[in-house]
Amino acid sequence: MSDMSGKGRVMIITGTRKGIGLDLSHHYLDRGWTVVGCSRGESDLKHERYRHWCVDVADEPEVVKMVRDTAKEFGRLDAVVNNAGIASMNHAVLTPLSTVRKVFETNVFGTFMFCREAAKVMMRAKKGRLVNCATVATPLKLEGEAAYAASKAAIESLTEVLAREFAPFHVTVNAVGPTPIATDLIRSVPPEKIEALIGSQAVKRLGESRDVANVVDFFLRDESDFVTGQTVYLGGIS
Amino acid sequence: MRERILEIVRSAVHDLNEELNYPELESPNEATTLHGGEEGLDSLSLVSLIVDLEGRVSDEVGHAVVLADEKAMSERNSPYRTVGSLTDFIVTRCGAGA
Repeated sequence: MSDMSGKGRVMIITGTRKGIGLDLSHHYLDRGWTVVGCSRGESDLKHERYRHWCVDVADEPEVVKMVRDTAKEFGRLDAVVNNAGIASMNHAVLTPLSTVRKVFETNVFGTFMFCREAAKVMMRAKKGRLVNCATVATPLKLEGEAAYAASKAAIESLTEVLAREFAPFHVTVNAVGPTPIATDLIRSVPPEKIEALIGSQAVKRLGESRDVANVVDFFLRDESDFVTGQTVYLGGIS
Repeated sequence: MRERILEIVRSAVHDLNEELNYPELESPNEATTLHGGEEGLDSLSLVSLIVDLEGRVSDEVGHAVVLADEKAMSERNSPYRTVGSLTDFIVTRCGAGA
């Protein structure tokens, strides 16, 4: 399919220093996209079509500058994948408010700001794809993940409302909800909890970055202009 | 600074009206209503105008302003009420004082 090539297209991916964000960067660089990534620290990723910004996604002026400078440098912004996220795996009684605040700042406020700023560029172009990251922890109502699951529930809600607000400008907004994937995000979760979680999936295996990329690919396709406001969970979770 | 911003706002309103063809927006001045009451822009046109203005202010004045505001949709206090109030709002956001 011609539109699966990203040649000449520009995408922002947040949280690209490691994990799914890094894997998605390679995935789309391999397909010809120019990828503008960000994380709080420097990146080891070196590629002629990769740019890295050291940005805290919860810092409004930094996000505004990154999105606008990207649009100015390349003259376009075709897609954003809001991958950056942090988790808090703890019983609610043992979770300080400062942790909840931090989780919401990165996961919700960061996603909101990248959607808002990117939408401004895309609305002028009258096309664009925004992809957010949800989690199966929300529909599964996982104990010990109250702040994380709630923040991702907020992202699902944002996805649904923004989809309607941006639809008149031909900008779609969707979300992918991964199962556990072997990244730093789940490093501190006990193995038996991961096993139990996998046991609740229809397809009983750990997720992989390629599973996420597959759904993102679908959202990015030109033919997916009639698909918006959707959250697709992996592994058969609903 | 204010005169320059006013000209940018008037020009953006004028260009937006190329599509809308509202008689009251043909020659926008400081008193021209943009939002609120019976007159003014529908919400999608207002959004388009604000997005366009952020780009123009960045390109022409060099300020990366964000024109989102809590009072955006207020009938009485919205900074987007008129061309003049929107101009003052942008000047303030540019840090130059209204």
